[in-house]
Amino acid sequence: MKEYRWPYANELNEKEYRKTDVLVLGGGVAGCFAAIAAAERGKNVILVEKGSVIHSGAAGTGFDHWESACTNPCSKVTPEEITKAYVDEQDHYSNGIAHYIECREGYDRLADLERFGGKIRDTEDEFAGAEFRDEETKLLFAYDYANKFTLRVWGSTFKPALLRQLKKLNVTLLERTEATALLTEDTPEGRRGTGAVCMNVRTGKIEVISAKTTVLAMSRPARIWLYNPDMTGLSEFRPPQCIGSGHAMGYRAGVEFTMMEKSVRGEFSAAGRSIPPYSTGNNHNTWYAATMVDARGVEIPYLDRDGNELKTVSERYYPAKGQKFFLKGGVIDEPKYEYRGPETMPFDELMKRGYRLPFYADLSRMPESERKAIWGLMVGEEGKTKIPVYGNLTERGFDPEKHMLQSYGTGWQSASFLDQERQLFGAPGGIITDWDLKTNLDGIYACGDQLFAMDCAGAACATGYYAGRKAAEASDTIEFFTPDEAFVENEIRRLYAPLYVEDGMDWRELNSAVSKLMQNYCGGVKCDDLLKEGLDLLNHYRKTAVPQLSAKNPHELMRTHEVLDIMDVAEMILHACLMRKSSSKPLCFERSDSDQTDPAEDQRFITIRTVNGVVTEGSIPLDYFNDPKTEYEKRNRNYIEDRK
Amino acid sequence: MMEFKAEFIQSSNHPIRFDETKCIGCHRCAEACQVDVMIGFEKGKPPVVMYPGECWYCGACVMECPVEGAIRFRHPLMNQTKFVEVKQ
Ligand SMILES: Cc1cc2nc3c(=O)[nH]c(=O)nc-3n(C[C@H](O)[C@H](O)[C@H](O)COP(=O)(O)OP(=O)(O)OC[C@H]3O[C@@H](n4cnc5c(N)ncnc54)[C@H](O)[C@@H]3O)c2cc1C
Repeated sequence: MKEYRWPYANELNEKEYRKTDVLVLGGGVAGCFAAIAAAERGKNVILVEKGSVIHSGAAGTGFDHWESACTNPCSKVTPEEITKAYVDEQDHYSNGIAHYIECREGYDRLADLERFGGKIRDTEDEFAGAEFRDEETKLLFAYDYANKFTLRVWGSTFKPALLRQLKKLNVTLLERTEATALLTEDTPEGRRGTGAVCMNVRTGKIEVISAKTTVLAMSRPARIWLYNPDMTGLSEFRPPQCIGSGHAMGYRAGVEFTMMEKSVRGEFSAAGRSIPPYSTGNNHNTWYAATMVDARGVEIPYLDRDGNELKTVSERYYPAKGQKFFLKGGVIDEPKYEYRGPETMPFDELMKRGYRLPFYADLSRMPESERKAIWGLMVGEEGKTKIPVYGNLTERGFDPEKHMLQSYGTGWQSASFLDQERQLFGAPGGIITDWDLKTNLDGIYACGDQLFAMDCAGAACATGYYAGRKAAEASDTIEFFTPDEAFVENEIRRLYAPLYVEDGMDWRELNSAVSKLMQNYCGGVKCDDLLKEGLDLLNHYRKTAVPQLSAKNPHELMRTHEVLDIMDVAEMILHACLMRKSSSKPLCFERSDSDQTDPAEDQRFITIRTVNGVVTEGSIPLDYFNDPKTEYEKRNRNYIEDRK
Repeated sequence: MMEFKAEFIQSSNHPIRFDETKCIGCHRCAEACQVDVMIGFEKGKPPVVMYPGECWYCGACVMECPVEGAIRFRHPLMNQTKFVEVKQ
């Protein structure tokens, strides 16, 4: 093994105490917007980001669709209509609060991004005259060209633009710094969040930050079931930095979560199981509505929701007769009839009719504007596509006018997985909040993909800004608390422990063991006996493997901390699964020891939190958020007035 | 005081390679990488890809590189999508 001296400063045991009005943990699009909202309101803001803000998070290198921009000047739908559609579509296991904020304020955030220097419209008239372009505003639309509520955007410009704005607003950026624990204080009114402990992942320095309010924006868990020690970075769809630390520290501190029993059979992962996202021929998401052909070059028909064949490319972008609008996008797979848009003939039917595998996307048969929108704009601005897909395939000679790109699997998954190879994907569980995006703990707010049932960048931006705004407002009435020294010392001991173990266990070995545990005891079909066995084995690993973990530098230490967090998330998932006693279709939750599926008494949000270390179950009715418009307008008069 | 050591961790794949004749050793790639897979030891020389297995293949390093062609980005062989000539 080649060894090098560590090039960064050694700041082991150095500790800096800081104070700030608003502390934001996680510098993806949600966290950046939270910090900007608070700083615009004159607050002192610290933003803690484990990577570097310029390209961190799932949207670090871009995204191509901005969904549910219902208030853009061309939109023909209302925020109320689209929120209701999403809630219905997800059988009410949906985050009505976050969706409404997305629908209502999303376009304001897009306008902000343009103000910060991001590109949101076709200013160079590259697509002049295209059917999906509004000639007056130069905005470009995707999917439903009649209703125009999903925009095609130049997402690769967004993170650098956000970074510039953070600097302009003098937000204190602590990059290469992982948040590891939330500081809390038990007051007569209950427990409240008072800041966080963090560690620099290059130097080992500890930051103890006291904050009046804290915003959690660390996205969602990963590497729970899917792990490849040779290619850790390709284990999942999301960046390897995002493994659910925010969930783990929240769970330890007593933050309430819901839907943690939901997981889906793997859809998107790349570690040998799938071809890189968006680099395969398909007709979903970024690639909607590519012309698909079979191995002989025979075109695969698109059908409307009633099974009528569509004759032209243009028809793929319009609702059916009598349908107001249709839904497509990140979380929409096979929507209900009411919201279903045009789609290629079902796979089984194609097989019956003699269509031959493999299928391909053949953009050469599409009108030039549509071809260029998919190949060049969408593939290019979509996350992980500018270099990895557009650049890579172009370099290898791919020309969309001459070549067709192979499709793998039957849809946009670009791979096939086993039932026990699961992921938190497709609007998974997360933090449940009130209408201020405040968690059950005063002083702690949450946004973006750390919220339950979230999935999209526009929603992350909108909820980020909203949480930052509410956290800023609340900070006016809050005093600082002195951090509990014993807690801080304990945390530092926990963080540094692997440095003092020589020849111990590598974090990869433990991550592999945990994901195998989850595949074995919390796979596609659950039952109490297996879930309890899983908890037992997890405890055994805590006692026997965790003390053996060894790391040689702060980078390895960070990866080791990730696995400890993965264990906490696995524990939360196992407990949440034990709490749901019947199977549930919308939650992709199947039990072998119950013959009931979605009985009336179980159609609710089951919540999980720890109270003084004890795992505690709660229950919240599905439509707890009430009428979104009324609730939103009650609480956001100032914002509404200011925008006028 | 404890000394930190960096150890190259082998992976079956090589996501990033530098063309030493083009790389100016500014290390902007290493600073832009959210996963921190590279370490820049000496200005003027390319960084060392210390943790190739942790690469997320997002391409941020190439996006930030000021010299075209200084970084070669490559998917693992099994992840090279197949394309063929159109048939019509
Ligand atoms: C390839 C790809 C393409 C996508 N395309 C689209 C699209 O076209 N349209 C769309 O709407 N959505 C898209 N999405 C989804 C979208 O990117 C996410 O929903 C969105 O980025 C979520 O924002 P976030 O800020 O909540 O999380 P992220 O953007 O993931 O940011 C989370 C941040 O928290 C940091 N972090 C994690 N743990 C810690 C810790 N312990 N301490 C400090 N920091 C921490 C991470 O480093 C990261 O920067 C795509 C996702 C991917 C992966």
